[in-house]
Amino acid sequence: MAEINIKQVAKRFGKTQALHSIDLNVEDQEFLVLLGASGCGKTTLLRIIAGLETASDGEVWIGGKRIDKLRPKDRGIAMVFQNYAVFPHLTVFENIAFGLRMQKLDQSTIDKRVKRTSELMHIDSLLERYSGQLSGGQRQRVAVARALATEPSVLLMDEPLSNLDALLRMEMRAELKTVLAESKTTTVYVTHDQVEAMSMADRIAVMHEGEIVQSASAIEVYRDPATQFVGSFIGNPPMNFLNAKSSGNGEWNIEGLLLQGPSDRTAIQFAIRPEDLQLCGVKSSTESNTDQLIEPDKLHATVRVIEPLGSHKLASCKVGDALFRVVLDSDSSVSAGDVLALKPLPDRVRWFDPESNKAMA
Amino acid sequence: MHPRLLPYLLLLPAAFFLCVFFLYPFFLVAWQAFFTDAGEYTTEFFSEMLGHWKFEGALKNTLILTLIVVPIQTALALFMATLVSGMKKGRDIALYIWTIPLGISDLAAGIIWLAIFEQTGFLNSFLYTLGLIDQPQTFLGYQSKTTIFVAIVLAEVWRATAIMLVILVAGMGLIPKEYYECADVFGASRWKQFTRITLPLLKPSLQTALILRVILAFEVFAVVVTLGGTNLPVLMSEIYVWQFDLRDAHVAAAYAMVVLAISILCTLVIMWALRTPKEARI
Repeated sequence: MAEINIKQVAKRFGKTQALHSIDLNVEDQEFLVLLGASGCGKTTLLRIIAGLETASDGEVWIGGKRIDKLRPKDRGIAMVFQNYAVFPHLTVFENIAFGLRMQKLDQSTIDKRVKRTSELMHIDSLLERYSGQLSGGQRQRVAVARALATEPSVLLMDEPLSNLDALLRMEMRAELKTVLAESKTTTVYVTHDQVEAMSMADRIAVMHEGEIVQSASAIEVYRDPATQFVGSFIGNPPMNFLNAKSSGNGEWNIEGLLLQGPSDRTAIQFAIRPEDLQLCGVKSSTESNTDQLIEPDKLHATVRVIEPLGSHKLASCKVGDALFRVVLDSDSSVSAGDVLALKPLPDRVRWFDPESNKAMA
Repeated sequence: MHPRLLPYLLLLPAAFFLCVFFLYPFFLVAWQAFFTDAGEYTTEFFSEMLGHWKFEGALKNTLILTLIVVPIQTALALFMATLVSGMKKGRDIALYIWTIPLGISDLAAGIIWLAIFEQTGFLNSFLYTLGLIDQPQTFLGYQSKTTIFVAIVLAEVWRATAIMLVILVAGMGLIPKEYYECADVFGASRWKQFTRITLPLLKPSLQTALILRVILAFEVFAVVVTLGGTNLPVLMSEIYVWQFDLRDAHVAAAYAMVVLAISILCTLVIMWALRTPKEARI
């Protein structure tokens, strides 16, 4: 059993507060992704778990044992670094064996472990090579094999795929997921890439300005963002937000669209994902009179730019003064200047408190 | 003009300078070692050098001095470089202070240490004040060659360790920090990190520092002469003696060839011993 419990961990660098009292539990064998923009503290948190950084406050427990005062090697962890840190003066074999040699294991155990992990990572034919003779993807595999060879109870990964090109990243993503699921190691994985996070994670912890703002499954983070930040950070294109005016009795007016919402507020924000809108009508820009199109159960958006993206078209529109993005069918013949009548899917509409920026139930 | 020619053209003045003031005198010296004034090839000067009673001592002294001084300096420079590299604050100040001796000529360094060891020197007055001795001692007399030797080693270590230190500090700066973090995570102790990561990755810098230092050690002269006078002959001081006291440029040139030969030999050995396979470079 190797669950991780992070209790009120805070980190200050001089006057900067990098982490504000983080509480996080990672279950045994769970694959947790720390997701956030650069500078949000995700790498700092990972390095605190690893012992490469000391927390200013708080405790870290792994497998029921407090480890935040222990040295990295005594924590039962292994780590994959962003730049791989594959030693250039050692062969692939010796790189994978590095941790095992430090544990003073006997040669036959080392041989066995290196063989197993190198086969797992498909680098068993490269064992005699040096790092300089490997491609980025192969180095990445060596770094993962080296970490897995020590059979850690917790595996920490710091943006391990960020230095690979897009195609290779996609390939490694799927492969890592398979390998890690088989190894049943508790994993904490840091990334700024939301696609990577969503495709790999059992659970995503979204970080923002030194705090975890939401920690949930990929689909929940996507569908029900806990804050406006999560909604606009996750999803490409991001969630649309519009200010709503109260028209009494819990009815809200969003630039002409009337919807029932929370009734106990005076101000509120309406939010919807760009793909959760149904296109009900198009008024071409050459037609003069747009008034007759106004209907109270539709949102009216003026198209500014159309981006054909293959699988779909992305329309950047204006609703009132606000930017509003809509995903359209790739066959649609909408062009810039057209006015779209859009109907939001009722169960996908979300409401946010404009003061706290938090989602409303 | 073709732009590819430009670099060569710019190198030309320096190359010309080196040819005139290094290569040409070098050939003259080599010529003098092997040819008589009449232009006949001869090994007579080498025989004269080898047959002279001071040659063996000079060669031995030079080699032993190198063999003692360079390892001490290497170890010390590695230790100091590790300390400096690990410093967060004051790193530059420490480096400046440690490299002060670099700014002093070897003759001046010799004189400083002479001022310490001579009969009316600091060491004597220090020991006398403490009451450890009744009268000034002769540390550097002709009967006490070992003391002269120790004094020279001390002066050389004090004077010339910094040049290795500077090269090694620069080399350590090139080793990515991530390697050490990785080693930390995988359980390498400080000592293991030094032997398994720092030393192998420092090989190129160590190579440069050692070659430079060893060649300079073979050319040790002013410190030896100031502290030892003629009591402790080394190759360089013998060259001086033959050239200016005995007025025999041919034998002096033969000595110079010996210094050149052992310098080349040592350089090759160091290059071979500290080679990094092409594929294992950073």
